[in-house]
Amino acid sequence: MEPRVFRPGETDMEQDRRSFLKGAGQFIMLTGAASLAWDAVLNGTPQQAPNYDATKHWWGMTIDVDKCIGSGNCVRACKIENDVPDEPGMFRTWVERYQVRGDDPEHPIVDSPNGGHDGFLPIKDLPPGTKVFFVPKICNHCAHSPCVQVCPVGATFESPDGVVLVDKSRCLGCRYCVQACPYGCRFIDPRTNTADKCTLCYHRITQGLTTACAEACPTGARRLADLKNPKDPVHEFLRTHKVHVLKPQLATGAKAYYNALDGAVR
Amino acid sequence: MPRETRHYDHVIRVVALFAFGFLAFLIVRHVLVPADFGVYGFYRAGALDDARAHPVRYAGRETCAVCHDAVVESQKDSRHAQVGCESCHGALAAHAAGEFDPKPKVLNPRLLCLTCHVKMDGKYAAFPQVDPVEHAGDAACTACHQPHRPKIQ
Repeated sequence: MEPRVFRPGETDMEQDRRSFLKGAGQFIMLTGAASLAWDAVLNGTPQQAPNYDATKHWWGMTIDVDKCIGSGNCVRACKIENDVPDEPGMFRTWVERYQVRGDDPEHPIVDSPNGGHDGFLPIKDLPPGTKVFFVPKICNHCAHSPCVQVCPVGATFESPDGVVLVDKSRCLGCRYCVQACPYGCRFIDPRTNTADKCTLCYHRITQGLTTACAEACPTGARRLADLKNPKDPVHEFLRTHKVHVLKPQLATGAKAYYNALDGAVR
Repeated sequence: MPRETRHYDHVIRVVALFAFGFLAFLIVRHVLVPADFGVYGFYRAGALDDARAHPVRYAGRETCAVCHDAVVESQKDSRHAQVGCESCHGALAAHAAGEFDPKPKVLNPRLLCLTCHVKMDGKYAAFPQVDPVEHAGDAACTACHQPHRPKIQ
């Protein structure tokens, strides 16, 4: 008997090798993918996520420019509390001094020697009629934050209680958020190459303490504010003071409320 | 009989490639994106716990009052009533937790007191501020002023 001659593609099995491999591959991929997908669904359920009653708080800060004396206590306290790097220019909070001269009010002179960390020195030869005041600055924990919007990986975010935080394990150090913040409050921590900024002392305020800067301020110029707490003094403060936010035209929803903020402040 | 190619075989190949690519993407995404991502928003929910895990360095006046209630009481109606203990004495949570060695120090009064009280433009007019040389020459501030009740009776 002559051996059977197979023409290309012809086989006497019902299923040839090619279609068998194809079918087997599909089976493995689909069941593997399906199980992974189901795991993802399960892991997203709130029961497995951390539990914190953040819905009862909405944090901000009130800063009274009239009361700030430029002591720098806040800057020093923040550096100690939060392990802020010692390199120049690395501040989670800082104090600026504005000199608004009577003859040139549109060009104020602004200085912030080492962020106000060591206080300020008296000004030599100050022209009479100059208005001088101190402005402490922090992250404004914006409700519609530009930095949160631009982060490509979700490393910076607004917590459910209104604090903008950085997830150090996810941050790539791309610096997009540093560019995006209109208040210049973000920087790159040189030790980890990740973005860093004021966290409103989240580790303190969630335990009932106040922020380190508010704790250290000798005149009470800086106060932590919980807008969702009806008994918080912030409501009375907002009602009885002429309050402003920085750069309102950018509609960031900033939650650092300044009393007596002069128009010269950037 | 060799299987005849169908006229839509090329479409099936492209669709199969896309389907495979999509599945591969889903698998890679599942591996790389943390499990608790997206619970509260576009971030990893565990980051909230990470933010809260930082050690506390400043204890606050209520904690100081637990042991030092006499001093805290005496300061309550003084001119320094709203100045926290740690504004001058530094971060003291470690001390409050039991680390009493070394004892907390207070800085040189001339440096510490003048940080706030040196006469300077920018401070509000009612704030007590002095030119240190005119006011006291070389003397330390504590020669006349008791820091917890600074007004001289």
